[in-house]
Amino acid sequence: MDLAANSGDLLWCFSQVKGTVEEDVTEADIISCVEFNGDGELLATGDKGGRVVIFQRDQASKGCDASHSGEYNVYSTFQSHEPEFDYLKSLEIEEKINKIRWLKRCNAAHFLLSTNDKTVKLWKVSEKRKRAEGFNLRDETGTLMHDLSSITSLRVPVVKPMDLMVEASPRRVFANAHTYHINSISINSDWMTFLSADDLRINLWHLEVTDQSFNIVDIKPANMEELTEVITAAEFHPTECHLFVYSSSKGTIRLCDMRSQALCDKHAKMFEEPEDPANRSFFSEIISSISDVKFSHNGRYLLTRDYLSLKVWDLHMDSKPVESYPVHEYLRSKLCALYENDCIFDKFECAWSGNDRYVMTGSYNNFFRIFDRETRRDVTLEANRESLKPRQVLKPRRVCTSGKRKKDEISVDCLDFNKKILHTAWHPTENVVSLAATNNFYLFQGRD
Amino acid sequence: MAGHGADESLYPIAVLIDELRNEDLQQRLNSIKKLSTIAVALGVERTRKELLPFLTDTIYDEDEVLLALAEQLGSFTPLVGGPEFVYTLLPPLETLANVEETMVRDKAVESLCKVANQHSAGNIEKHFVPLVRRLSGGDWFTSRTSACGLFSVAYPKVSTTMKGELRQLYRTLCGDETPMVRRAAASRLGEFSKVIDAEHVKSDIVPLYVSLSTDEQDSVRQLAVEACCSIASQMKNDEAEKYLMVMLREAANDKSWRVRYVVADKIVELQKSLGSEITKKDLVPAYHNLLKDVEAEVRAAAASKLKVFCQNLTSDKENIIMNHIMPCLKELAIDPSMHVKSALASTVMSLSTAVGKDKTMEHILPLFLILLKDENADVRLNIIANLDSVSEVIGAKQLSQSVLPAIIELTQDPKWRVRLGIIEFMPQIAGQLGAEFFEEKLSAHFMAWLLDHVFAIREAAIVSLKKIIQKFGVDWGQANIIPKLLQLSHNSNYLYRLTCLSGISTLSGVMNKDLTQKLLFPTVLSMASDPVANVRFNVAKTIKKLGPVLDQSVLQGQVRPCLQKLKTDVDVDVQFFAVEAQEVLKMS
Repeated sequence: MDLAANSGDLLWCFSQVKGTVEEDVTEADIISCVEFNGDGELLATGDKGGRVVIFQRDQASKGCDASHSGEYNVYSTFQSHEPEFDYLKSLEIEEKINKIRWLKRCNAAHFLLSTNDKTVKLWKVSEKRKRAEGFNLRDETGTLMHDLSSITSLRVPVVKPMDLMVEASPRRVFANAHTYHINSISINSDWMTFLSADDLRINLWHLEVTDQSFNIVDIKPANMEELTEVITAAEFHPTECHLFVYSSSKGTIRLCDMRSQALCDKHAKMFEEPEDPANRSFFSEIISSISDVKFSHNGRYLLTRDYLSLKVWDLHMDSKPVESYPVHEYLRSKLCALYENDCIFDKFECAWSGNDRYVMTGSYNNFFRIFDRETRRDVTLEANRESLKPRQVLKPRRVCTSGKRKKDEISVDCLDFNKKILHTAWHPTENVVSLAATNNFYLFQGRD
Repeated sequence: MAGHGADESLYPIAVLIDELRNEDLQQRLNSIKKLSTIAVALGVERTRKELLPFLTDTIYDEDEVLLALAEQLGSFTPLVGGPEFVYTLLPPLETLANVEETMVRDKAVESLCKVANQHSAGNIEKHFVPLVRRLSGGDWFTSRTSACGLFSVAYPKVSTTMKGELRQLYRTLCGDETPMVRRAAASRLGEFSKVIDAEHVKSDIVPLYVSLSTDEQDSVRQLAVEACCSIASQMKNDEAEKYLMVMLREAANDKSWRVRYVVADKIVELQKSLGSEITKKDLVPAYHNLLKDVEAEVRAAAASKLKVFCQNLTSDKENIIMNHIMPCLKELAIDPSMHVKSALASTVMSLSTAVGKDKTMEHILPLFLILLKDENADVRLNIIANLDSVSEVIGAKQLSQSVLPAIIELTQDPKWRVRLGIIEFMPQIAGQLGAEFFEEKLSAHFMAWLLDHVFAIREAAIVSLKKIIQKFGVDWGQANIIPKLLQLSHNSNYLYRLTCLSGISTLSGVMNKDLTQKLLFPTVLSMASDPVANVRFNVAKTIKKLGPVLDQSVLQGQVRPCLQKLKTDVDVDVQFFAVEAQEVLKMS
């Protein structure tokens, strides 16, 4: 039961939506990832057009007017990746941003990694508030002075304040290390290295070295016909610098310890749930594929998303998940149709709340799901710009599977499978979530 | 206004100043590199009051510019008015010590250290230490990492109270929340300990070393091992035993292979600073374990230190090598990792001098033969490169019996670099085995190498032959080598005809004048009408080389007409080299 209002549950209010209203969606505008930075003051989105847009939380309204707090405004936009063509393999390399990861802050500037299928780039986003003035041989407009003999003294430029300018500059390009498509990047807690994972391999990079990377996982069989699983996601442990996990299309998660060997082909632990014979079907393997894996902030748990459910694993127990949440169980009977329209291969992301109490993931029809791990209550909400007014509290949505539809319910047959929320992010300290719904991205705030 | 001299001399400086803000990176860079010229023109006062404040604010620039700026400022002391004013350089360098690019920060720290040495004692306390304080307490880790590098220059110059404060500050940095700063503190701990008196090393530095050695981050523990070398060299051996060894033993058995790798990599330095007793008691067993480590990278690092580690053993050397190290080597020779075998191959031969002939024959030679037949070319190559040390110990006779068959097998190696290694080793082996043996066993291979399809092999074979002729004498060469070489001039493949020419040109250096003129030159001349232009112009080049030793009659009678003819060749390259030869031989 969704007795949200009087049970201490969070109420979710609509805060913002960005992106065009038009029905016609330009492919390049489709958002492909969202990511908050370390203190949540900045939020980056990447899109299929290779652009990265950074939003900054409204500084002026912070703290004073609760109703306005948490608004994010565009801070910087830049083209991170361009479409390329691999002439040797005759392959197009899309510019689509697959992942963005923020680096821990090291000075007044901000740094982030962005990746497409092949190349990871390190970007610096910095503010400029001063400029130098005064030339010897030119006036301020840059026109050369003709009478050179008029120089009677030397002028040293003076630095003057100017309007804020935000610049994004590429700092490093980590290229040529992936044969397959990069699905994940993750920064190590040592602040010095990061990993990049593709379908079959995981590489380890030093943030300052672009001409070499070390292969730490390689699951490519000698004979490609023997290939049975691929890597779907990988992430470093938030505090233990030597631990990382990667998930596979077979529904397993492997935990590796980089201390024991240079090549981590042998995992330290494998998390896998025995298959329930009752649910066995043609689609079993496809829907058990893990689309995302995330460590909890405290490093004790893993959150994984497969096609129908969200699972929480305790690092200390590899036999089965400690918690399991159905996301859209009503789709189990629709798998055949979802297979035919390819939706069954959609890769949904998942997210932890800052305090690890809530977990979130997306679904179809612009629905998203939030689960409270303490009360075991859950809610389905809809990101829909037409029905939302600022600060309006979201009404929980329900899907009915039987023939008799109650008021406020939507029939499973009426769900729009073209509207899906694949990419989600939760603010690191507050109950603010951001979701990518096709070419729009939404921000919602939780209230007690 | 032409008469006003000062104005004209200002012009180039004015350009330089303006270029500091040019849109083109290269122009800015050029200008920054001439910063001292600008400063001289401005004079010390304007440099301090105008130029430095401007530079302090230019940190928005590209890394290359900032790097150049950081470097320039390090030698700016005279340009701001000498030691009295050197503190004015601190603000721009402080800003540079804050940027995110490690290279720039490191250069800024280096320059800060340079200018620190030019501060008077009073100014160090008044200006430099506050800077260290500010950086150490900075909001961002970039400034705190930079701070770590400044302690060792400031410390010796300040009062006892301030010394205490600096040690305290350093302790804070070692316990910093970010791994970056702890890494910087660990990597500078060694150099800091060198300027601290023995008592405070024990009371202050050792605890820091201990805490860094138990850090949760592998990368910090790695650097702690390196610091251990420096700290140990500050202590007497028994003190090192007492204060450092517990942590070092832990490091040698660390869970993370990267830490063990550093121990293996630094084993020689550790051996030097810890002395022979600790080496025997602790390092030898540790080294033994590292050679048997589960991680190939560690074994490879350990194996590559074999030579120096064993050389540096002072007491009980033979016993240690035979009982502790040799047993591991047998496994390493058949290690699954190529890197390990490759590292072993380049060092294992050096043990032969330490253990003597008999033990070399018994223990090292078998390893040698295994590695010589290894499937990886790199391994074989490394063994060949060290053949000389083993031949010295076991002598030519043994060598010819036990090693030579394997070497001869390698003369056919499919990897040309391996063949190259063998060829380069040939003059030495020939010298040891004598001319007779050479003719019997090796000369056939040389002829094959002269016909090798890889140019580098043909070239190396010629160079080797030259050395062998030097050893066995000209007469021997005339009888055994030259006829075979000259035969190549009739080879149907022009590449081998070229080999003949280059052989003539190289060997002429060791043949006497008579032989050159009678034996070598006619062959060269006969090739002047070769159908391939490439051969013809090499004839011209060879003539240029041989010309100076030929008689005047030959020069006039044979060389001159030949070059004349080549000069009118249809090929421009042939013409070019013919003219060049004419000029050198003064025939034009």
